[in-house]
Amino acid sequence: MAIDAGEIERLIKAGLPDAQVRIDDLRGDGDHYAATIISAAFKGKTRVQQHQMVYAALQGRMGNELHALALQTAAPQD
Amino acid sequence: MADQVTERIKQDITDNQVLLYMKGTPVFPQCGFSAAVVQILTTMGVKFKGIDVLADPEIREGIKVFSQWPTIPQLYVKGEFVGGCDIVREMYESGELQEYMKDHGVAAKA
Repeated sequence: MAIDAGEIERLIKAGLPDAQVRIDDLRGDGDHYAATIISAAFKGKTRVQQHQMVYAALQGRMGNELHALALQTAAPQD
Repeated sequence: MADQVTERIKQDITDNQVLLYMKGTPVFPQCGFSAAVVQILTTMGVKFKGIDVLADPEIREGIKVFSQWPTIPQLYVKGEFVGGCDIVREMYESGELQEYMKDHGVAAKA
């Protein structure tokens, strides 16, 4: 089952309102995406915690409708 | 999650200093993301044990709840969750994973 890029971005922004999000559809199949996310909420968090915050924003879709989402997360540079 | 499953996971990540929950086996990975992590560990010369979640549906679901992490593979070192494929790859490319192994007393090639 596929999910579109706009929906992924919407969910991430709903969970992390200040986030800058870029989604790339890696194969054009609506099933393999890469997301780059920058949010002040990531500051002081480990990478594992940052990714967990994104997964939380996706409300259980990761690993289900969304098979593959390569994540890159960072806090904004001061 | 059944307590038994949690107990098994705790036991496994304690008994094996480097443990990878993966799809397939280290010799025959069944998923590109699992294969990528196997390749990194192999290149680094790190000895690890693989647990095939496809062979065990209880562990497959249990590990996701245990780590609050929705995807496989998952790498554990000395009982600590390191990350999935993206994090392991990023750490490897920056040299951080090599440092991490060293700090945790795991033999790896420089």
